Amino acid sequence: MERGQRFRNAAIGLTLVWITVFVAIPYLLVVLFSFLTPNPAGTVTWEFSLESYRSIFSPVFLKVCQSSFALALGTTALTLLTAYPFAFILTRIPEYIRRTLILLMIIPFWTSSLIRTYALIIILKANGLVNGFLMGMGWITEPVSILYTQVAVFIGLVYTLLPFMILPLYASLQKLDRRLIEAARDLGARGWHIFFHIVLPLSLPGIIAGSTMVFLPALGLFYIPDLLGGARSMLIGNFIKDQFLATSNWPLGSAASVLLTILMFLMLGWYFVVSRRANQGDMKELA
Amino acid sequence: MDRDPIVRLRGATKRFDDVVAVDALDLDIYQGEFLTLLGPSGCGKTTVLRLIAGFESLDDGEILMNGTSLDGTPPNKRNVNTVFQSYALFPHMTVFDNIAFGLKMKQIGSEVIREQVTEALSIVKLAGLEMRRPHQLSGGQQQRVAMARALVNKPQVLLLDEPLSALDYRLRQEMEIELKHLHRRLGITFVFVTHDQEEAISMSDRIAVMNAGRIEQIGTPTQIYEEPENMFVAKFVGEINVFEGRILDVHNGSAVVDVHGQSFKVQNRKNHLPGQGVKVLLRPEDIMVYKEEEADPAYPYLSGTIEDVIYKGKTVDLIITLDAGETVFVTQFFNEDQENVIYRHGHKVIIDWPYGWEVVL
Repeated sequence: MERGQRFRNAAIGLTLVWITVFVAIPYLLVVLFSFLTPNPAGTVTWEFSLESYRSIFSPVFLKVCQSSFALALGTTALTLLTAYPFAFILTRIPEYIRRTLILLMIIPFWTSSLIRTYALIIILKANGLVNGFLMGMGWITEPVSILYTQVAVFIGLVYTLLPFMILPLYASLQKLDRRLIEAARDLGARGWHIFFHIVLPLSLPGIIAGSTMVFLPALGLFYIPDLLGGARSMLIGNFIKDQFLATSNWPLGSAASVLLTILMFLMLGWYFVVSRRANQGDMKELA
Repeated sequence: MDRDPIVRLRGATKRFDDVVAVDALDLDIYQGEFLTLLGPSGCGKTTVLRLIAGFESLDDGEILMNGTSLDGTPPNKRNVNTVFQSYALFPHMTVFDNIAFGLKMKQIGSEVIREQVTEALSIVKLAGLEMRRPHQLSGGQQQRVAMARALVNKPQVLLLDEPLSALDYRLRQEMEIELKHLHRRLGITFVFVTHDQEEAISMSDRIAVMNAGRIEQIGTPTQIYEEPENMFVAKFVGEINVFEGRILDVHNGSAVVDVHGQSFKVQNRKNHLPGQGVKVLLRPEDIMVYKEEEADPAYPYLSGTIEDVIYKGKTVDLIITLDAGETVFVTQFFNEDQENVIYRHGHKVIIDWPYGWEVVL
């Protein structure tokens, strides 16, 4: 008892120290920097300024935002459409096949995502696998340029982020009570009706969780546009990276990061509201 | 009552892997009756219900409804509805939308839906709770919503899968009476599944006692309780005392049976033959207890000692150890004329029973 107590306190304490040192302090620095004045020599000048937030609403940044949001939304939509059937099938197949499939999905994580992105270059480049296949089949005569276009960035983002959509969807579909589907059938509902009236609304928490886990990284994964999109593909992630590494405008980069964080909290809030509503099915009695 | 079977199972068989859940089952369910499938868990009673509802498909045999085979008819095309164990209410919908679901699926106009849902709610006494969500309701209220959600579709047969098992004792008794009223009022055929014999006996027109995928006995609650056809039914439904005996003599529908050296006269409904070993079954309330000094050597009796006296208010339960070693369970109703007969631990007593109250198997 005594020892268990001490271990618990130590574990909680260690976690707190960890989060403080590696999450809270760096993040508070980012927030602090966003209110300071840029120093062209690097880092910041300790002088309060709202200039960064003002320049965030400049046409240049808004344009970056626009294309970045479009790409992130597209990525979210496509991963959702492909992940949903996959996650649904996962809940309906025998245990051993399911485990194998989940393992296959997780194995790529053992390799650095950067290396996998380089692998995509080999597949997508002018004399790469895709063009080789298309020309081999005689469907095209000239290689199509995919690499260094928005399409390549799109493919890279979908490929990298797909598992982050599948796993929350799977978790939420797995939780779905089969008897609710039987009840719907009993009451006369057919396939699509069951899907739209029962399955889809009850998996909404999974959809939102997955979308959050895809949408936000899709705004911030700077190395994928860097590698697959060539020099001129600017996303919010690249914009932030450039402020720190290229133009030395730390406050502006920080302000953009703060903006992304606010967006994340909004999405998390939405998730909690929706999932609370969907999970209240468990025969809970509220006064 | 119209006596045409509305649902008819013929040699219905269902296997799960190598386990036979329902084994060549024949069962006729009549228009308007309250039929209960009673049995221990795993006896196949819920599977029978799911076969009728269409959630499971038969491996062999057939199910007819109104004389037509249901083979290949999906659940949504069958004119039956189910009240699920623990209700399976849609958590993301209001009470109104839950009940309206079946009607919406039939593309009925919203005016008519409103009318019928309101009516269904008043039948189950939940008027005014339309906009609540299931989690805001008590267990009893959820149960009523589940009933209304099924009944609003006006099914020919209502299937109830242990609908009262999640309720506490008081509420369960209340709902038993209400279900019975509802059944009488609506005239719909009810097929009720339970493992609770008291529930079965107090509500049903007929009970089918199931064991290992088969029906052991089917009949009215009185038949099941008073005239069990085999040991399984006798032991599953209510308490029962079993005495080993041997037939000594038979004549004219009665027999003389030897139990612990005493010759009792019993009815011989099963036409046992002299010399045959039998079991004499007696319900606790069918056994008479007397003080030892009241013993009359002209009549047979078994003697024993009171082991325990359990006062139950309406009744007194006695646990008696016979001199032969067996333990007998006796329930006595208070008799106003015998108020001074009070049994205590250690009292020597004798027991017997009125002719014909026993069951000989």
